[in-house]
Order: sequence, then structure tokens, then C-alpha cells
Amino acid sequence: MARKKIREYDAKMLVARELGLDLRSIQITAETDFQSLAEEHPWLANTRVVVKPDMLFGKRGKNNLVLLNTTLADAEKFVKERLGNEAEISGVKGPLTHFIMEPFVPHEDEYYLSILSTREGNSVSFSTSGGMDVESDWGKMKTATVPVDALPDEAGLMELVSELPEDKKKNASGFIKECCQAFKNLDFTLLEMNPFTFDAEGNPFPLDMRVELDDTASFKNMKKWNGVEFPQPFGRKLYPEEKYVKGLDEKTGASLKLTVLNPRGRIWTMVAGGGASVIYTDTVADLGFGEELGNYGEYSGNPNEEETYLYAKTILDLATREPDGRPRALLIGGGVANFTDVAKTFKGIIRALKECREKLKEARVRIYVRRGGPNYQTGLELMKGLGSELGVPIEVYGPESSMTRIVPMAIDHVKGE
Amino acid sequence: MDARIFSKDTQALIYNFKANPVQRMLDFDYLCRRDKPSIAALVSPGSPGGHHKAFFGSEEILLPVYGSMERASRENPHADVMINFASFRSAYPSTKEALENVNIRTVVIIAEGVPENEIRELTSLSRKKGKLIIGPATVGGVQAGAFKIGNTAGTVDNIVACKLHRPGSVGFVSKSGGLSNEMYNILARTTDGLYEGIAVGGDAYPGSTLLGHLLRFEGIPEIKMNVVLGELGGRDEYDIVQAIREGKIKKPLVAWVTGTCASIFPSEVQFGHAGAKSGKEAESARAKNRALKEAGVVVPDSFEGFAKSIAGTYQGLVSKGVISPAEDVEPPEVPTDFKAAVKQGKVRRPSGFLSTICDDRGEEPTYAGIPMSEVIEKDYSIGDVISLLWFKRKLPKYATKFIEMCLVIAADHGPCVSGAHNTIVAARAGKDLVSCVASGMLTIGPRFGGAIDGAAHYFRDACDRGLAADEFVEEMKKKGVRIPGIGHRIKSAKNPDRRVELLKDYAKKNFPSTRYLDYALEVEKYTLQKANNLILNVDGCIGVLFVDLMASSEAFSDEEMKSIIDIGYLNGMFVLARSIGLIGHALDQKRLKQPLYRHPWDDVKYAK
Repeated sequence: MARKKIREYDAKMLVARELGLDLRSIQITAETDFQSLAEEHPWLANTRVVVKPDMLFGKRGKNNLVLLNTTLADAEKFVKERLGNEAEISGVKGPLTHFIMEPFVPHEDEYYLSILSTREGNSVSFSTSGGMDVESDWGKMKTATVPVDALPDEAGLMELVSELPEDKKKNASGFIKECCQAFKNLDFTLLEMNPFTFDAEGNPFPLDMRVELDDTASFKNMKKWNGVEFPQPFGRKLYPEEKYVKGLDEKTGASLKLTVLNPRGRIWTMVAGGGASVIYTDTVADLGFGEELGNYGEYSGNPNEEETYLYAKTILDLATREPDGRPRALLIGGGVANFTDVAKTFKGIIRALKECREKLKEARVRIYVRRGGPNYQTGLELMKGLGSELGVPIEVYGPESSMTRIVPMAIDHVKGE
Repeated sequence: MDARIFSKDTQALIYNFKANPVQRMLDFDYLCRRDKPSIAALVSPGSPGGHHKAFFGSEEILLPVYGSMERASRENPHADVMINFASFRSAYPSTKEALENVNIRTVVIIAEGVPENEIRELTSLSRKKGKLIIGPATVGGVQAGAFKIGNTAGTVDNIVACKLHRPGSVGFVSKSGGLSNEMYNILARTTDGLYEGIAVGGDAYPGSTLLGHLLRFEGIPEIKMNVVLGELGGRDEYDIVQAIREGKIKKPLVAWVTGTCASIFPSEVQFGHAGAKSGKEAESARAKNRALKEAGVVVPDSFEGFAKSIAGTYQGLVSKGVISPAEDVEPPEVPTDFKAAVKQGKVRRPSGFLSTICDDRGEEPTYAGIPMSEVIEKDYSIGDVISLLWFKRKLPKYATKFIEMCLVIAADHGPCVSGAHNTIVAARAGKDLVSCVASGMLTIGPRFGGAIDGAAHYFRDACDRGLAADEFVEEMKKKGVRIPGIGHRIKSAKNPDRRVELLKDYAKKNFPSTRYLDYALEVEKYTLQKANNLILNVDGCIGVLFVDLMASSEAFSDEEMKSIIDIGYLNGMFVLARSIGLIGHALDQKRLKQPLYRHPWDDVKYAK
């Protein structure tokens, strides 16, 4: 949902297609065969290239991960030495799986351009001093806010490029305007070129590019985005359970989310609602038990019984894994719903609880329920009845108790032996 | 933009309406003892319009439905709120239209997932027009005792428990719509209740902000203190800090920003709301809570302490005399919805209809208890399906084969029989297929195709009573009743009906017994002495053979057999069979583009 980072390769392809630029970027992964690359892209034989990881992290130059002005053979060697190996970027570790290779464009000037979606409009920044040191030369940065439904006007553009020599102004301002148009047409929320330059023929060439897309606009951009991938942040490997829930989520109009925080955690949550789920997680952390929290997750938007069942089963499976004799807690929480039928959503959860009865006992899981909203009385009664039926302790609270009241109870339970 | 957007007289247009939120709004209106419902009209885009029935208390009222926003507003110019239930795909054009409409001042967008560019454009338009957008991705909001948006605050019980049917002294704004109801619950327990509450929605750039509503609340004297529930991501809370510093917000404020847990996540995390994304330290919950606290806002240490902070601030204002707690008001009783009462097991109602042959409610439809997959996988024939749906049992194969033979044989009998003729005439008059077929069907009766039941009835009765064939014929003659199933206009003993021969042969070979057929043939022998064309015709043959089939299969009791004959099962067989032929005739005429038929004058004797 909302803003998603995409790979530099995809970003360049999108912009190149929209602006009619010839960028010739090549994506390299474990599947890439360098032999056939040379055949597919004959220009590689007599053009020097740049190669670098394409994994949503920055500071590649500072981390010695960019090979500039090199041959295809050396680029291949560089990639093969690193592909699949773990790298550490700003404290986050992960394997390198994607690289981008493109023609090396000799240049002297490095410019900075960014367009950022803000509440007031699109904030356009340009600096004649781009590249690694853009931050140290912040004074040269010119920024203008362009209304959402407009493009920058001539005066505004001239102000942005005022630091450029006269002969370069027209070219640069034209390019900035085109980028603003592309930004709007392609539903970008961020476009950053740090740096870009002009090649020998005077064509703009982004040396480095970052793009974030507004994925809620995907229904308008099926063709234009052309199957663009939304990768996980660098170093964030999805657990199989997370992948599974992601799959469930994509198939339904409802919302089902799961992030595993600590597979060995002893407090697990199954909370209804995007807002409430954050508060439950907050409260566990605020009470000093963040490291015991197994997961973050939420279900909302009226999932049907089957979806709720599959979601609940996934969490129960995680929560009851490798019993160690020490007590665990499951929070089935939620606020006072506006319109969700509480009894109905509990049905799927109850089915999952029944199936996991033995595992729950083995893992010494105690269940805490708190919920309100339409038909909550029936829902809570169902839960109460279930406790005695399963022989699993279930404590049940309604809107008369505060939403997070069950959190300290769960913590007390897992503190005991 | 005015500080007050709602009052007890506010009326809304509901775009792309759903029945449930409409009813919930009307229930709220009734609880508040509003004079008029809060809904002026409904818009069902592209529909021809009409009326929607809903309850106002125990009385049913009609709400006008229009096919366009423009028309709805023209006919209801006093309605100044548009509640937009359009999907994220279509929220943009409908919201734009509403903003451009002179009558509308406030638009609420419910959909989640409206593209950022679209909502930013709409927001910019609303600013130019001096209008207000609430949402997207929200449940809406409520002004206690006056006006409630859509599904906000849920059920009648909850509205009363949260004292939302009468105004209190607290203004409330949150990002989350889901939590707003939880907060109304907290406010009812810790204060004299809500005055107005708005959920601006979980998007990064909602149409109106936390600050926008707080500034509005400054201008509403009944609001004595404000409560804000923010969340991590974005900078809205800093705008509040800024406004406090500039003296634009003077009323006491209690706030909590959720998302303090973000630091325990392994990498940046996107929470349930689009706007709730961790990343920059300044946008973290901790930083925002700290900034609010430093600006003098009452900020608890955790959400668990929020209620206490609210109660403390409220009590302080009461003891200072700023707030004189609102009186509790007894709301009128809203009748329980029938569906809800059934769910709770509180009422029962005898059903109006009864059905025993099939069930379409489960995972797959069943015919007489047999699931559709079995019907298909085990190759049930049309005869088998008729045995299930008509006779509610599986009949042996020879019997269902016989049923099919009857259907095949009776499917058509040429264009000249009266039913087919009527179908053809109707088709040539340009009528639609159903009318043509019905025209032929309605011809079926005692003289055309309708003799099967009668034949079955009389032959069975006579045979069972042990009447000799001649006695039976004479008895019928005395009664003045022609024996159904005997006689043919064209066929005769010398020119037998091939169809009858085929049926008789099959029955002789396959039926355990043909007692009734044998009896009918005895009767035929006797009638043929009277006239050459008094043969057992195809209707009669089907009739008696059905009696044989039922009697010899031992699948039916005497009572059942009698009922089957009495209520017209066997004519049903003819109707079903002949519909095949009649459809054929109708299609044939249409394919041939035959002109209107007019009967020639000379074929009619015009008599005085």
C-alpha cells in the first residue's frame, strides 16, 4: 500500500520510456548469462560500462560497490565475486541478488534533481552540485513547489537553474519540466537523480536514480508500469508465513498483514484493525517486552470466515512452535468496531483455535480476548465457551475494559514459570 | 470555511449508497430526536433512480434515489454534505463533481487506496472552493446529537453507551477511523462525552488534517477541550505544535501518537495505514509525542495512560468551572432490526414459503439432496433429473428412460396442431420468444395435449374397481364424459400411431407389469367396435403406462400415486416435452422472417 520503492533498473526503464531516452540499462541477477548478454546487446563489445548493486540501498559508492568505466569482462568478474554474498549497508545485512549495468558516460558536470510529492504540491529541487557530495553543498540547492495539477512555469524553471551557465539553462530546464510531467503521468511519489548529466550529444543521462511509486494508483497504470516489481527493503527476508499471508492479502479485498518480529517470542498478537494493531504492539513495547513480541499483524476490511481462519492458523502455527515449557500468550485484540460483525470474524479464528488445541496446550499458550462492536456479545460468548471446551485458558473482555488491558495480563503470564 | 460543518438540520447526499450505513445514520437521527432524517437523497450513479425504503424509528420512509449527483443536488439544494461511498477507482471524479457543486460544502470519502495524486488534486480544489474533505480511508465522524457519517460509531447500543445521542464538551480528531469508536467509548467513560469527532483517515495526505479540525474546533464554543490520536509517519503533529506556539490553539489538548513500537522492527515498516510508515526519526511516534509534550500538550506515557490523562484534564476543567457537565438524556427506544433480533435468538417468525425439492444455499446446489457434482459426474440424464425434482427420488433406469421417451415422443407434432399454430402466429406478429412459446403453451388443455392426467385417472380408477372394459365404457357414456386418451382425428385401427406402438413395445419389454396398459387395450378393443378411430391415442398410452410405471416400480404409495395424477404431474410431462417443439417453431419463424399472418376472409363464414 501507498509508497513503494522500486529498483533503479525499473525506474530508469519507466523514465526512459516516458521521456523517449535511450538508457540501455541491463538488469543482472543469478540467472543472467553474460555470454548471451553480449549477443543481445552488441554495443557492449565496444562500450565501457558501469555496474553496481540494485537493491534499494544508497551509499553504494561509499561502500565500494560501484565499478566505473570498465569492460564487460571486468564487470562480469565484479558481479560474480559479489552475487549471492552478504553485504552490510548501514548496519543491515543481506545477500546481493540484483545488479544494474549501463554504459559509462564520461562527464564533468554532475547535477542533482529531485521531485517529491508533498501535501502542498510537488517539491522540485535542483542543484548544480550533484553526486556524492550534494549534502555538503546544500547551499546550491534551489527548491520550488509546483501545484499538483500544474507543471513548473518558465519563471520558476529559470529560477531553479539560475546557477547554471547561460548556454546550459535551456536544456536543463526543459529536462526538469519533462521529468515533472513524467512524475505526474506515472504516479511517482519520489524521483531523485543524483547525479544526472548531459552526454556528449547533449542528451540528459541519469547516472543514478531513485523512484518511489504510489502503488494505490496501480489500477491506472497496469500498462505503463509494465509489471514493475516492488521488492522488500534490503536485508528484509520474508518468512514463509509472511509470504503466505502476503499472498492471502493480495487475493482479497480485505486486509491481512503479518510481520514476524521474533519467531521465538512468547507474546503473539492477532488484532483487528490497522490502528488498534499498532497500539497493541506499542503497549507491549512500552511495557518493556518488545523483544518477547512474536509478530506484528492486523486483519481488517471484513475478511470472510475462510480468510480469517487461514490467517489465524498461520499465527497459531508460529506461536506454538517448539514448546519450551515456558508460558506464552496470544492477544486476540481489537477496538470497538464500527461495522464489522465481531461474532462472524471470530468464527474463523475459533475454527483455527479448535484445530490447534493440542499445540496450544503443549506450548502453554494462554489466550486473552478483548473486542467490541456489532454483535460483540455473541462473539465474546463463543470465545468464553471455547475456553472450557478446549481446556485452553481464555480470558475474555468487552468494551467495558480498556483496549490494552489484556496486555499487562499477558505480560504477567509470560513472566511466570 | 465555517467552524461548524454539521447541525441538527444538516442533510447529506449519499453517493453510491449502501443500505446498512444509510440505516445506521437514520437510527442515529432517531436516537437524537432529529425532526428530519440526516439524509436528503441517495445517488446510485447510472441508475434510473427511484426510491429506497428505510426505517426512521419504527416507521418506514422513502428516500429518493437519483442516477446522478447533479440531479440529486438540484432537487435537494439544502443538502450540503456529500458522503462518497465510491470505490478507490472512482472516488476522484465523483468527489470532484461534488466539490464543484455550489450546494455542497463538505465531502466525505470513505474508500481506502485513492491515489495520492488524485487526493492531492482534490484537496487543492477544495481549498480553492473553501470546502472541506474528510478522508479518504475513513469511517467519517460524528457530531454528537446532531449528525453522523455513515458507519461511524456502529450500532445503536454503542451510540447510546458512548452518549453520542447528545452533545458533550470534547472535540476529537484521529487518523484512524477504526479507533475513533474506541475513543468515543473512552471519552464517554472519562468525560461528559463527545461534541464532535472526526477521523481524517490513514492516508499520507488526507483531504483535511488533524490540525485543520482542531482549528475549526477552536471556533466552536461548546467544545471545551480537545483530544488527538495521531500516528507515526508524516508531520501533521508538528503542525499542531506550531499552531500552539503561534497561539492559534488555545483550548486544552490531550494527545497520543501511536507507533512507539516502530523501533523494535528489524527494518522500516509500513503499518496498516498508508500514512503510517516508519523511517525518519522526526516522523517517529516518540519524537512527535515529545514535541507535543514540550509544546504543553498533555501526553501520557503510553496508550494505556491516555484515558487517565483525558480524565485528569476534564476533571480540572470541571473544577475550574470551564465545563459544566452535560446532562444525560434518555434516548428513545430504537426497535431492533428483525435480522439482528433473529441473530440474537430473540424472535422467531413462521416462514412464508416452503420448498422441498432442492437447496441452493450450500457450497453447491442440490437436487433432492443430490449434490450437483454427483449429478454431473455420475452422468444423470434429464429423466434422472426429472425423477429427482418432480418425484423427489431416484427412479430405476428403465423408468427414467421411459420418462425421456415420453419427452422425445411428445416434443413436437408438426406445425398444424393448435399449440404450434398459435406459437407460429405469435412469432409472425413479431413477439419475443417467451411470448411466442407462452402463446402455444396456453393452448394446452383438455382438448390439446391435456388428456394424459385424465386417462391415467379414469383407467386406473376403473381397473382398480374391477370394472369390465365394456362396463367402463358404458358408465362413461352414461355420465356424458368422453374417455380421455381414446380417439384420434387421423389415426385409426388400420393406420396405427407409430408412437403408441413404440411406447407399448418398450413397456412390454421393460416394465415389471403392464396391468393398466392391458386394461386400456381391452377398452380399446371395445371402442373400436363402435368406430375405427377410437384407438388408444398417445396421451392415453402415456397416461396408463405412467400408472403402470408407478405401480410396478413399488416406489410409490397408493396415496402418492393418486396425488401425482390429481395435481397434474403427467400433463407436466406434455408441457415440458412440447416446449421443446414450440421453441423450435418460434425460432424457425423468426429465422425465416415470416411476415404478419392474417387469416383469409373467405375462410370465415361471417354470419348474423
